[in-house]
Amino acid sequence: MRTGQIGAAFARCREEGRAALVPYLTAGHPTPALTADVLAMLVEEGADVIELGVPFSDPLADGPTIQRSSYQAIQQGVDLAWALDALAAFRARYDTPVVVFTYLNPVLHHGMERFLDDATAAGADGVLITDLPTGYDAAWERLLETSPLDLVRLVAPTSTAERARAIAARAQGFLYYVSRTGVTGVRQSLAENLGREVAALRGVSSVPVAVGFGISTADQARTVAALADGVVVGSALVDALANGGVPAARRLMRDLRTATTHIHVAA
Amino acid sequence: MQAAAADAVHSGRCGAYGGRFVPETLIAALDELTTVYAEADADPSFWAELDNLWRDYVGRPTPLYQALRLGEAAGGISVYLKREDLNHTGAHKINNTLGQVLLARRMGKTRIIAETGAGQHGVATATVCALFGLPCVVYMGEEDVRRQALNVYRMRLLGAEVRPVSGGTRTLKDATNEAIRDWVTHVADTHYIIGSVVGPDPYPRMVRDFQAVIGREARAQIMEMEGRLPAAVVACVGGGSNAIGMFHPFVGDLETALIGVEAAGEGIESGRHAATLSAGKPGVLHGCLSYLLQDASGQVAAAHSISAGLDYPGVGPEHAALKDAGRAEYVAVTDGEALDGFGQLARLEGIIPALETAHAIAYVLREGVRWRDAGPVLVCLSGRGDKDVAQVLDREG
Repeated sequence: MRTGQIGAAFARCREEGRAALVPYLTAGHPTPALTADVLAMLVEEGADVIELGVPFSDPLADGPTIQRSSYQAIQQGVDLAWALDALAAFRARYDTPVVVFTYLNPVLHHGMERFLDDATAAGADGVLITDLPTGYDAAWERLLETSPLDLVRLVAPTSTAERARAIAARAQGFLYYVSRTGVTGVRQSLAENLGREVAALRGVSSVPVAVGFGISTADQARTVAALADGVVVGSALVDALANGGVPAARRLMRDLRTATTHIHVAA
Repeated sequence: MQAAAADAVHSGRCGAYGGRFVPETLIAALDELTTVYAEADADPSFWAELDNLWRDYVGRPTPLYQALRLGEAAGGISVYLKREDLNHTGAHKINNTLGQVLLARRMGKTRIIAETGAGQHGVATATVCALFGLPCVVYMGEEDVRRQALNVYRMRLLGAEVRPVSGGTRTLKDATNEAIRDWVTHVADTHYIIGSVVGPDPYPRMVRDFQAVIGREARAQIMEMEGRLPAAVVACVGGGSNAIGMFHPFVGDLETALIGVEAAGEGIESGRHAATLSAGKPGVLHGCLSYLLQDASGQVAAAHSISAGLDYPGVGPEHAALKDAGRAEYVAVTDGEALDGFGQLARLEGIIPALETAHAIAYVLREGVRWRDAGPVLVCLSGRGDKDVAQVLDREG
């Protein structure tokens, strides 16, 4: 059993004076056969924590890119059990922490307790459930919080300061700040008040704060890396994989890694 | 302390069901809606304004009509039809959209979005937006745009923008996904008028409260006409808003059976159906925990029904709770039976029902004889069938 690996990865980044790079991939996209290669590439190119997305038929928090990658993965037979198998195979070779990124229904269908056991056995370090907001199911949240996995929680720009504090008080692993209202996907620009929002959140959080949603270019990653403890990149990598396969995604990862390294994270 | 405060939020559970399983970004908007609705609910002037609109703009109260020839065809029973088809825009949907547009105005929202299946809710939303001068975007699955071309044109006439949705099954489920994505993106200025008793809290109970006018009127009318409660109340169930509206005032009347009629499509055993309560299992879709059609991996299964309005793999959480409590019974009729009910009501009573409603009619024709000696049977005639005539013609042709 693994504990504290996510915190350790963020601590290492902090010592090195850089922001953690947290890439997302949809399990089984572009093909199930390529998932092992994609995961290996992410490690080789310096991923600090990996978000492994479980494809769901109705991804209502996601934009067109991840809707498409999820749909394609499902068409190829990928589901939660497959994603956990892929994770176990990865874990046999690599140590990089992995957060299982999922919607609630596949987990409920699998059974919450069974999911936590199976994900732990597969070598997961954390779990993020997009549509389980903090405080809306005490029983499930208790199971999640007391499992060996870190329950990564989301804070949005629309969360009130009081609610953000309450969420931060329960955060495990890292806190995921949604950089702007909307679904996942490539954006032209970052929110103007991002720096202030992230600083406020870091002020009340005992765990590192990573920022995601809409970060697609090295320039955006560099900006965010100067503000936050971690940078999550999802749709841009999924797009690169869809359009140019592993080589294109590798090039983007390299650019992102450079962008998140040559900064000085403000204390 | 703060953790305890967050932990204490349990609003919107309906027994084990309901809840608020949505992205964090929407929580503040749902909190605002909850607060504003509670204030409005306690404000007599809110309900007075809604009552006036219901009366003068919609044409309420709708009649309760004794359908003698239908009753005879159903085996010699007494049947009453609650004529929601006579509402302005031709269905019960406007009861809810008027209530919600008043709330949107209270919240200062300047843009309205909605999802629609058959198009009835889209038309009802476009109508109230025209009435209140608000821009309106309606999401509709491509398949439904094709099936319900007349309603698409109607929405456009009313000034709404109809956005066809090409993802997933291209029906109501996917239109709802897209409406939620729009809302997450434009939550500051936009109110999402959900058309059924589904979605995150407070929607299921709020839409129920707006639709309960159906059952309140029907209960008073049958007491006036027959001096007794009905033996049964029957309504079709997709998301379940006309059914909850009809059932709600009768829930405490234990001598009245509550019957929800789902779409069995090509037959439940065929796997091509929309009978969520009959054949689904609990799961989360569109922000609420309820019965859900899903596959062996927990993916939401495609629903199938001849009627676009019932073609939904989820169902309102209050129906799930009524089912588990044994208070309501949920049954299903096939596409073929519904078509037969559609034709029979037209010929027997001179009323062309919506294909959704035809499911409830078909059930009464098939099983109504259960109540021959027990008392009158009330059926919610939730909508009129003009929108379906072309589709039925197409199928027969």
